[in-house]
Amino acid sequence: MPRRRRHRRIVAPPGFQGYKPYGTVGESAEHISLFYEEYEAIKLADYDLLKHEEACELMGVSRATFARIYESARRKIASALVETREIKTVFGNAVLDNDWLFCHNCSAKFTMPSNLTEQKCPVCKSDKIDFLNKLKI
Amino acid sequence: MKTAITSKGNGTSAQFDLRFGRAAWFCVIDDETGNTEFFENDCANLSGGAGIKASEKMAELGVAKVISGDFGPKAKEYLNKFNIQMVILSNDSSSIETIISKLKG
Repeated sequence: MPRRRRHRRIVAPPGFQGYKPYGTVGESAEHISLFYEEYEAIKLADYDLLKHEEACELMGVSRATFARIYESARRKIASALVETREIKTVFGNAVLDNDWLFCHNCSAKFTMPSNLTEQKCPVCKSDKIDFLNKLKI
Repeated sequence: MKTAITSKGNGTSAQFDLRFGRAAWFCVIDDETGNTEFFENDCANLSGGAGIKASEKMAELGVAKVISGDFGPKAKEYLNKFNIQMVILSNDSSSIETIISKLKG
């Protein structure tokens, strides 16, 4: 039995459901499924310009696994462009992680349940906290 | 308010456990009195569902905040449902004592 696949943590799902080529001749081949974690890998590495070491930590996978996800994302996008195929985003092995906060003072990560009103770090009571998804390293 | 810390042993000198569902012990601190209580985790060796069981135990004990090294997807879902705050500390070498003193500031 193969080893189970770990969930890849992603901060937010892509803001689109897919991309379609236009101005093509004839019917295009079947669509390509781009996983959420592949979109996230492209976003972290090429849009936020993170190093792979930093990006893999945010996604909760090893650096080698991150490189594999990133490579598969680039290959899928390239074959969609070359073969004029439609891209559709599907959930893949991702788990959404949008409500985590980060303390700049003690580097603790934590959630803020809706019944808490005080916006402070639960460990060091510092107010220098940020949403993990807005953090620019 | 009560805070739970995952611990590898029974006592404040024990090491902090980085797992939540499969932590050996839970240290529960009462913020008002400063008393610490230790509970053994009976679900640590289950083959599945340890995160859910541990989350339910936290709700039973009336804990408002849980400090651990990481939470599994199911534990996250349940703790969110019970409105329990999750805190992740990634420095593995600290003992329960140092975390408690950090909490008191």
